[in-house]
Amino acid sequence: MSELGNYRPLTYFQLMEISLRELLVEKGVVSEPQIEATVEDMRSRGPERGARVVARAWTDPGYKRRLLADGTAACEELGLDVPALRLIVMENTPEVHNVIVCTLCSCYPRMLLGLPPDWYKSRNYRSRVVREPRAVLAEFGTAIPDHVAIRVHDSTADMRYMVLPMRPAGTEGWNEERLAALVTRDSMIGVALPKAP
Amino acid sequence: MALEARFRPGDRVRVMNAYPLGHVRTPCYIRGHTGVVERLCGSFANPEELAQMRSGLPARPLYRVRFLQAEVWHDYRGRPDDAVEIEIFQHWLEKA
Repeated sequence: MSELGNYRPLTYFQLMEISLRELLVEKGVVSEPQIEATVEDMRSRGPERGARVVARAWTDPGYKRRLLADGTAACEELGLDVPALRLIVMENTPEVHNVIVCTLCSCYPRMLLGLPPDWYKSRNYRSRVVREPRAVLAEFGTAIPDHVAIRVHDSTADMRYMVLPMRPAGTEGWNEERLAALVTRDSMIGVALPKAP
Repeated sequence: MALEARFRPGDRVRVMNAYPLGHVRTPCYIRGHTGVVERLCGSFANPEELAQMRSGLPARPLYRVRFLQAEVWHDYRGRPDDAVEIEIFQHWLEKA
């Protein structure tokens, strides 16, 4: 086998992706530059978009009401381009902690959080967080007190979800920009809390 | 073109315990369980038909249904009010 060197054959799905892409280009359905632009677009979106939404909701009670009533409209109000996103925002409170999963595949609010982390797509997370959420959150270092109820949101169909974490204590008077720096991707999925100030 | 919504928030509903072949967006773990409608999300093309290259129309009402974890998993360890909320299409639901 030594003559193979570092060569590693493509996996089944890599080969399928390349074949399908080349066919679509050959048939003129899409062009290479269009594909590159779309990939670039997806890569350029990151969790800082969601963090902006959270920081605004922490500082503007009217905005928070609108966000909880219609997540998509509230994103557009901030000038965020969120095509085809139907967003439901779940608010963490002293009584309820929310966490998001897609048990069937890997539905994720990409328009707000960017590409999902690998663990979000793993069978381990998807099958366990819905069945033993407290144990899974503890593995993320997130201890949910016994007096707080947990709600797991399984994105099985057309909606996408984002958690609105609680604003950390000790941030009174902070502006949106400083607050947004405390809002992590994981805190908007619900497996972690925002950073401490 | 959409079917009329038969359920309202607060209604108790049971998920059909069916195992059809093909692309289905109702997780196995919730089939046969009873929950409460949390909200109507709107109406959407039926994914089971979209997967077969059909139109999926008329659009089907889609609900978010809240289930108590302790009722879903017999060995659930957590609070009695811990819940899981799932999007389920109307044709998978019956009045409980």
